Amino acid sequence: MAEVKVIKIEESIFAQNESTAESIRKMMDENGTLFINVMSGPGAGKTTTLASLVNLMKDKYKIGEMDVDIETSLDAQKVADLTGIQSLQIHNGGLCHIDADMTARAIAEYDTEGLDLLILENIGNMVCPAEFDTGAHKNVMIWSITEGDDKPLKYPLMFSVCDAILINKIDAIDYFDFDFDKAEERIHSLNPETKLFRISGKTGEGLDAVVEWLESNMKK
Amino acid sequence: MHELGIINYVVKQVKELAVENDLKKLHSITLEFGEVSGIVTHYLEDYWKWYSKKDPFTDGAELKMEVLPAITWCDSCKKQYPTVKYGKTCPYCGSGETWLLRGQEMNIKEIEAE
Repeated sequence: MAEVKVIKIEESIFAQNESTAESIRKMMDENGTLFINVMSGPGAGKTTTLASLVNLMKDKYKIGEMDVDIETSLDAQKVADLTGIQSLQIHNGGLCHIDADMTARAIAEYDTEGLDLLILENIGNMVCPAEFDTGAHKNVMIWSITEGDDKPLKYPLMFSVCDAILINKIDAIDYFDFDFDKAEERIHSLNPETKLFRISGKTGEGLDAVVEWLESNMKK
Repeated sequence: MHELGIINYVVKQVKELAVENDLKKLHSITLEFGEVSGIVTHYLEDYWKWYSKKDPFTDGAELKMEVLPAITWCDSCKKQYPTVKYGKTCPYCGSGETWLLRGQEMNIKEIEAE
């Protein structure tokens, strides 16, 4: 019988994912593309908000969009219908997140050449996507007032890893007890650096500031 | 649920190591998790049992897990304290200006193999 050896590894489980993510970022840098990963719980308004943002920016910039879901192509179809840009539906085989490897495969399928902005619409989930680096330059969260202002306390990691948080559905504020000050204070205690925006993906209110923030992060 | 994705990474990494080191059979694998990494260990065990069977190299290998304590740093009084017991508020000075130093790790520590 062969000798049993102990091999010390002492490496993060995510090491490989992180190196794939770095190579995606490098490729995007070389292409001059800003790559953003958009996360939220189900029903926060990701698809509607992203379609509104794309419509504000598409005349000036070349934009691509990739949609992750377990089933159906509803979201990619909705974005394509609302904006006219090319959208790719990724089915992630029932997993709760998308990682850099899956993103790399999707990018290989998608024509990213010459894009100014590439948007990854992650799967609707407030927990798992926050753990996995997708290779995006910036993580963006869409969080709606209908979900309640206690969510930063309940899902701290998601709020901690995002560079920008869009508080959505402000047009419906009269119907919900959502305390903006409390919500923003809770976010900033977890993540003082994050940019906060109050928006309505439906009416377009507040989206100009988000466009400005995206532009300030673009390469050109 | 992300435990499934984690097992996926672990198996992939271990199989690569097997090729690099010409290993034939895995006996055990030791993972290290920070106290506040959010890992549900019994899910990991279940997924490991299911996933490791798919390959003769990993089949039957034991999954061992070690917990690393979570430590928070207080910016106001410059002291450290155990995160799980006191949370975000410093037990020495009551400040909320505190940051997690350790406790979110997810590492592969070592493997035993022949």
